[in-house]
Amino acid sequence: MSEQVILNIAGVNKRFGGLQALTDVGIRIMQGQIYGLIGPNGAGKTTFFNVITGLYQPDSGTFELAGKAYSPSAPHDVARAGIARTFQNIRLFGEMSALENVMVGRHVRTKQGVLGAILRHKAAREEERAIHVRAQELLDFVGIGQFANRTAKFLSYGDQRRLEIARALATDPQLLALDEPAAGMNATEKLGLRELLVKIKAQGKTVLLIEHDVKLMMGLCDRITVLEYGKQIAEGVPAEIQKNQAVIDAYLGGAH
Amino acid sequence: METFIQQLLNGLVLGSMYALVALGYTMVYGVLNLINFAHGDVLMIGAMIGLTILQLLEAYVPGLPGYVQLALAILGAIPVTMLVNILIERIAYRRLRNAPRLAPLITAIGISILLQTFAMMIWGRSPLPFPQLLSSEPIMIGGAMISQTQVLLLVLAALAMGSLVLLVERTRMGRAMRAVAENPRVAGLMGIDTNRVIVATFAIGAALAAVAGVMWGANYASITFTMGVLPGLKAFCAAVLGGIGNIYGAMIGGLVLGIIEALGAGYIGDLTGGFLGSHYQDIFAFVVLILVLTLRPSGIMGERVADRA
Amino acid sequence: MALLTFDTQHKPRQAYTSMAIVLVLLLIFPFFAAQFGNSWVRIIDIALLYIMLALGLNIVVGFAGLLDLGYIAFFAVGAYLVGLFSSPQFAALLESVIYYSPAIGEALVAFFGPEIQQNGIHLSLWAIVPLAALSAALCGALLGAPTLKLRGDYLAIVTLGFGEIIRIFMNNLNDPINFTNGPQGINMIDPIRIFGVSLAGEAGSNATVHIGSYAMPSVNAYYFLFLALVIASIFITGRLQHSRLGRAWVAIREDEIAAKAMGINTRNVKLLAFAMGASFGGVAGAMFGAFQGFVSPESFSLTESIAVLAMVVLGGIGHIPGVVLGGVLLAALPEVLRHVVDPAQQALFGKVIIEAEVLRQLLYGLALVLIMLVRPAGLWPSPNKEERPNAALARDDEEASTT
Repeated sequence: MSEQVILNIAGVNKRFGGLQALTDVGIRIMQGQIYGLIGPNGAGKTTFFNVITGLYQPDSGTFELAGKAYSPSAPHDVARAGIARTFQNIRLFGEMSALENVMVGRHVRTKQGVLGAILRHKAAREEERAIHVRAQELLDFVGIGQFANRTAKFLSYGDQRRLEIARALATDPQLLALDEPAAGMNATEKLGLRELLVKIKAQGKTVLLIEHDVKLMMGLCDRITVLEYGKQIAEGVPAEIQKNQAVIDAYLGGAH
Repeated sequence: METFIQQLLNGLVLGSMYALVALGYTMVYGVLNLINFAHGDVLMIGAMIGLTILQLLEAYVPGLPGYVQLALAILGAIPVTMLVNILIERIAYRRLRNAPRLAPLITAIGISILLQTFAMMIWGRSPLPFPQLLSSEPIMIGGAMISQTQVLLLVLAALAMGSLVLLVERTRMGRAMRAVAENPRVAGLMGIDTNRVIVATFAIGAALAAVAGVMWGANYASITFTMGVLPGLKAFCAAVLGGIGNIYGAMIGGLVLGIIEALGAGYIGDLTGGFLGSHYQDIFAFVVLILVLTLRPSGIMGERVADRA
Repeated sequence: MALLTFDTQHKPRQAYTSMAIVLVLLLIFPFFAAQFGNSWVRIIDIALLYIMLALGLNIVVGFAGLLDLGYIAFFAVGAYLVGLFSSPQFAALLESVIYYSPAIGEALVAFFGPEIQQNGIHLSLWAIVPLAALSAALCGALLGAPTLKLRGDYLAIVTLGFGEIIRIFMNNLNDPINFTNGPQGINMIDPIRIFGVSLAGEAGSNATVHIGSYAMPSVNAYYFLFLALVIASIFITGRLQHSRLGRAWVAIREDEIAAKAMGINTRNVKLLAFAMGASFGGVAGAMFGAFQGFVSPESFSLTESIAVLAMVVLGGIGHIPGVVLGGVLLAALPEVLRHVVDPAQQALFGKVIIEAEVLRQLLYGLALVLIMLVRPAGLWPSPNKEERPNAALARDDEEASTT
């Protein structure tokens, strides 16, 4: 089985004024893996996310997606290249319905513009219909199909998280990057999320995942990188990470 | 060279008034992240009240020296403008503190219209002459003329700005204002009554605008209900130029903008080969604003905006 | 509003019936109003143009969430375009060029010909409308470009600045080369001609338009033209709203960062919003110039920009029927009130305490303040897809999710 490297990042450095937020961070994710990124608060996980998705400009680093170099300079280019993300604090389009939120996700893979909007000729109508159908499919896939017409801001918290994932999937990404999708969820909701992520992986999608729930991560991820103060202190399969002394020290404080 | 010094002096006079109004904008923006669109009209209210006071003085206590009359006009205008600004904050802005950002701005625009309408109803639509109370003999400085009124203006502006600096740096209220400007929530946790501070901020801004308004009237000898709109906008541009939220920035920005406008109006004909004349004076402020926001958004002295995290 | 709905997506039958009813009422209106004098129809003609402006601004402010306080500049572009190319003004322009630089002047006269030197350029409606739309759209993109990275309130002030800059230029571009004729404005602008019929009526006909054997007052003729334009505007903006582009605009409005993360090129999409919105302003401006027969810088001040904004805000930001309502209320109501309130004040107080102009200003100011405080979504906001579920629905939801 030929395994393709989906994401190949190396040598990322990012400084904010006096703070070195990331030092020489790099990861390699293979096709179909769920790759975890963990670390104490402030370790630089979201910063790393923001760098690879174009929200922050790195001081240095190489970025490759599915073998092709990509430039993380503008978020919309990154989305077009094939990385879709969710946000730590949910960022939905609150006034739009759930369905419309996911339809926006299709924007990057569709092309009708002003003329298509006004004239609604055959190609435009077909594209619109296809967007509609795919959006409903994705809503069903993540389990909130029945809320298609509900205004997004009125969805329950757990459903909003699912909606964000559906929207990200709508961009047909090579890599799905999820920033703390389980934050604020209770145990039942986390189980539901786990099931969803397993479903996504079963479809062959590759996932990069930031999370704090260590148990969830250990059971779900194929490989994990641990960050602390912007540096990688460990990388490997969950079993190795759990036994890694540096990791234990980072989380529990270590001996002083 | 004479023209240059003359325009420089004109610029300083104009800039002082801009600085006084800019301070009001910058202080409110610093604590509330809100452009008080109606602030220019507070200047107009100050001028109108000042005029009314002068008319009353003329009717009941004629013959007072010019300086005294002006002082009384200013002292009388200040409480009124303070009241107006405090009412605006209470009625319009307080409820919208957590609303999406455009809501307070739109409300502010509405308040601006209402202020102008009330002024139009009370004082009429035509421009009103503002009496010339000081001697009109100009003082010569290096070949350029400056009137006594303008000198008084500069002195008052300097006094007002100096007092403000003292207030902000040396008093308890000033410290509280700085704290709220930096992080309202934490300031509240430290025991500062943020509402009181915000009210004080509006009041102080209004007082400065009153001074500017009365002196504007004295300087230009004519006031009208729309007089505050354009100077208000320009003063906001000055505040951004200096660094929004930054009191020293507002002062510097005001002076710099005044000088740019005066020099620009004086020389624009020469610069553009006769294509553009001094009628284009008003666009300088906006051009400066666009340049600042494009090239150096934090302004000359750096912005100081509340941490809204 | 329960009987009247325009929601073609969810209640098509009711929506189309409502539209048909409204359309019939609109078509017979002028004949009904003519009983009371021509001035009513004239008021509605101007109101229709303002509704067009409001619909255009709705794209920028309502859909994309960009607070443009200088929108009237595009109205000015359209109006002055028709002033320059549908009137004797171009002749005055050539004259001023000759005076300033005889060499260039003579060259231009040779290019344009003596006919134009005498009478100016007189383009027809079919050339003017697309020209106005395109010029305004171009201006929209140009003026929008520097604002793309600015946050909401700064964007408002910068667009305001642009509006003022345009007004000042219009007021002063008469020397040395006479483009706009300065504060006096341009008059003798041609009326609209459709298929050879002038909407101002032929000379000596007392402003009556004759189509075949049928005659109607000029204001009525303009009414139908403007009504058609407004209907077209409603149609176009409606189509834009429910399209990939419309969704992109709303996405930017709701959360620009998320929109970017989903692959939307926010720079281009915002520029499109400015351009599309501006084009409506340009066409409305051209119609305004032709209807009035003259244009002057006074009609294009900050007050006007704010008036159009007030219509959008009052009616229902982003909701097309709401915007039309806002336009009707704020454009027509002051005039209506004047006819009612002035005599009422005379009867009650013996004199007019609150004049029409003051009333108009009061209405605008109050509209903005009260709406933002009491009902920020506007008088007629978009019906939310499904409101916050009540208890019963919530129970059903829970059961459904955990199954």
